[in-house]
This record gives sequence, C-alpha cells and structure tokens, in this order.
Amino acid sequence: MTLSTIQALVLRNLFLYTRTPVRLVELLFWPLVDLLVWGYLTVFLQKHTGDTFPYQITFLIGSVILWDIIFRAQQGVALYFLEDVWSRNLLNVFSAPVTNADYLLSTYAIGLLRAAVTSLMLSVLAILLYSFNLFELNWSLIPFVFNLLLFGWSLGMISTALIVRWGPAAETLAWAVPFFIQPFAAVYYPVASLPPAIQWIAQCIPCSYIFEGMRDGLNSGGVSWSDLGMATGLNVIYLIFAGWLFVRVMKTAREKGLLTKFVSQ
Amino acid sequence: MSEPVLQVSNLVKKFGELTPVDGISFEIRQGEILGLLGANGAGKTTAINMILGIVTPTAGEIRVFGKELAKERIAILRRMNFCSTYTQLPGNLRVWQNLVVFGKIYRVPHLKTRIDEVLEMLEIRHLKNRISGNLSAGESTRLNLCKALLNKPELLLLDEPTASLDPDIADKVRKVTRRIRDEEGTSILYTSHNMRDVEEVCDRVVFMHQGKILFIGTAAEILSHFQEESLESLFIRVARGGEIEAASAS
Repeated sequence: MTLSTIQALVLRNLFLYTRTPVRLVELLFWPLVDLLVWGYLTVFLQKHTGDTFPYQITFLIGSVILWDIIFRAQQGVALYFLEDVWSRNLLNVFSAPVTNADYLLSTYAIGLLRAAVTSLMLSVLAILLYSFNLFELNWSLIPFVFNLLLFGWSLGMISTALIVRWGPAAETLAWAVPFFIQPFAAVYYPVASLPPAIQWIAQCIPCSYIFEGMRDGLNSGGVSWSDLGMATGLNVIYLIFAGWLFVRVMKTAREKGLLTKFVSQ
Repeated sequence: MSEPVLQVSNLVKKFGELTPVDGISFEIRQGEILGLLGANGAGKTTAINMILGIVTPTAGEIRVFGKELAKERIAILRRMNFCSTYTQLPGNLRVWQNLVVFGKIYRVPHLKTRIDEVLEMLEIRHLKNRISGNLSAGESTRLNLCKALLNKPELLLLDEPTASLDPDIADKVRKVTRRIRDEEGTSILYTSHNMRDVEEVCDRVVFMHQGKILFIGTAAEILSHFQEESLESLFIRVARGGEIEAASAS
C-alpha cells in the first residue's frame, strides 16, 4: 500500500469532477429531487394529520439523507471502476504498480467525499426547507453515519466484483445493487412493517439497524447501543466478505483474462 | 554476460479449449529492442498482458530484472511501463492532469520537470493544457507514450504504437523509440503489424504464429531462414496459412 498511489488515484477522480461539472448533476441533482419529493410528501401528511403526526414520518426526510450516504459511498467504489472502463484507461491502471489495497482505499476515499458532499447539501436544505435537523442526534450521528459508509463501501466492492466477473454487460449493477437490498433495509419504514416471513432478511442487513436506531434516537433523544453494536458487527462481516470477494474475483479475472475484455468492447 | 532484462520461459496460456500462447520462450537484453511480430491471433497481445501481470500464465515463468513476476509484480511494474494503441488516458482530463496522475502512481521524482521533458521529447508540449479527449489520434498516441516514458522505464512494452498513425507521426514515434533506447538504455518489447516498424526499429524479431514462435532472429536472419524477400511477404504467407515449419533459432 502506497500513500502517493492512493493520492494519485483520488486526484484523478477529483480532476474528473472539476473538469466535468455535469457530473455534479448525478451527485447533487438526483438527491435533491429525492429530498424535495419526500420532503413535500412529509409536509403534506403533516398538514392532514395535525397533532397525531408520528415522528416516523418526519424521519422520511432523514431517511432520504441517510440512504444517500450508502448510495454515494457505494457509487464511489463502483463507478470508479467503470470510469476507467469508459475511458479505456483500465489496462493503464492495472498494468501500473497499483495494489488491490491502493485501489480499494482510493475508492473508499472517493465514496467518502461523494457521500460528504451530498449529505451535507441535503442536511442543510432539510433544515432550511422542512425544519428537519438531522444534527439533533449530536455526536451519536457520527458512529451511525460511519456505519452507513462502511456498508456503502461493502456494497461498492460487491458491485465491482460482480461487474468484473460478468463483464461490461453487467454495468447496470453499479446502480442496481443498493436497490436490491433497499426494500429490506428499513430505510423508510420499520422492520416490523415487513411480513414476518421476510423480517430475517432485514435482520441480516447492517443498515436496517442503523435506520431503526436513528429513528429511536430522534424520538427518544438517546442512543440505541444494541442497534449500533449489531450494525457494526454485521458491517465487519460484510467488509471482510466484500474484500475477500473483490480479491478473489480479481485473481479469477487475471486467470481468465477478464480485464482485457473490457478493453476490447 | 549480464542477466536478461526480461526472460520468458515456456510460457503457456489457455482459455478453455483455446491456447493463444503455447510454450513460448524468449529474452530481451539490456538496451535491446525486440519485435514481437505476428498476424491477428498470433498471441502477441496475450503475451504482453502476461508480462504486465494483467493475465496470469497457465504455465511457464516470466522473470523481469531477474525477479519472478508472479512474486514481485508491484516492484517490477515500478521499473517498467506500457503503451498500447488500444488504451487511452481519460479523455476528460487535461494532458498535464493525466501525466500528474500517472507520475504520482509511478513515484516520478521532480514530476513537473519530467512532464515537460517527455512532452518536449514527443513534440506535444504545446498541448499540455488541452483536453486529452480533443487530441487527434497521433497526438493521443504521443500522449500515451509520454505516460509510458514518465518513470524512465528500464523495460518498455509498446503494443502497436504506430497503428492508425500517419506516416509522418509513425516515423517520429519510431525515432523516439530508438532515441529512448540509445540515450537511456531502455529495453523495449515492440509489437507491430507494420513491417517497416519492425525492420527499422527492432534489433531482433520474435515471429509468432498461432501461439507459437516460428523464429527468433534479426530481420535479415528471418528472411534468409524462410527464403522470403521481405518481412511483409513472409507475414502474408504465414497469415494465409502458407506452409511454415515451426523452428527457432536465437
């Protein structure tokens, strides 16, 4: 692992954003659309329910912001690989002295930056437009958000591994993978809302504990340590699995010549 | 005699039923330009990809700078570089941005000065602030070469560097290739379909066909061995399935 290599790979992505402002559409516009739609839906429901308005619905706005942290972190990892495919730069990178660790750490950094930019913008707009302040969670926000990042990175590594394994036709997985798990992740509704037969799926997903824990935190003002502990434990398992899968698939890719297929497409 | 810079021994690559590289052995000496010649499907690119560590060999061994590639890939890659017509640097970055990124990856000292040097060498210094994607094919190839020269590689792999270039630019690329070898003692593995490239640039040629080496020698030795007047006519004879006896000489 080399710091200068990681810096170079991160720099390359930063250059991309400064060179191509239209990329900000993906980073800022779509999350903003989500916030506006869910935010005004919340306002509408609030007006029509008056005092009986449950806090879970207010948290829809928080859910939008927090889900975007997972999504942007995952995209940071998965799109990073695809950027090299699209620009026919893949072999230049993989024939350079770049280790798997260098590569992954730089994608984590990009994922972190993407998540930070988007979530900061959404958080400020949520305060201004809907008086919803995610920062009411104070310091307890940090471990929860960190866990969301970890999960996003894991999903990103899994997405990239699947794309490498199945080839360019599987590019769409870079966007689809997070949404495979979203219905079970307790993002917009509690796990208890799911049919009992499939609640076990939610219990295997780290972010379901984060969303449950943060809903409780905003309601009670306390920190749900059990949810945080479960999320962290599961995240460690997911990270180890995703890292193993990535390294395994890269080894297979070198054996089967899969990386060169991205160049000849 | 010093150890070869690159030593390929009994290299085999199988993809299922296919065997694009079938037991090839050759070496490159210090400061030598070795041509890898063969029709499409001869196994040249697969061989280069194995030397770069992008494809793992099924059997055989690759030693670079006396070290085993399979065990010391990253340390070896720091001392070599690669340029191919089939790869590009990100088109949405400026020329200097692309070179900064790869310069940092290869840990190039005095990077700003080195970037100016390579741009000057390839006569594209005036394009330094241009968007890479807006360069012509010839300019883009020269930018790729700049990237490949940034770290003053001891071993340089050039995969068809003059493909799609006009004769003037192709001539410049050939001259630069020789200049790098003459001035910096770089060893170069050079694949091409262009017979003129091979005759003008390469000290020796590895002639490949269907994954095997037909002959290794100078262009003159190859012509004499196969009793042909030019490499081009030999190339066409081989590509069209003319009777060629697999043989090797060094």
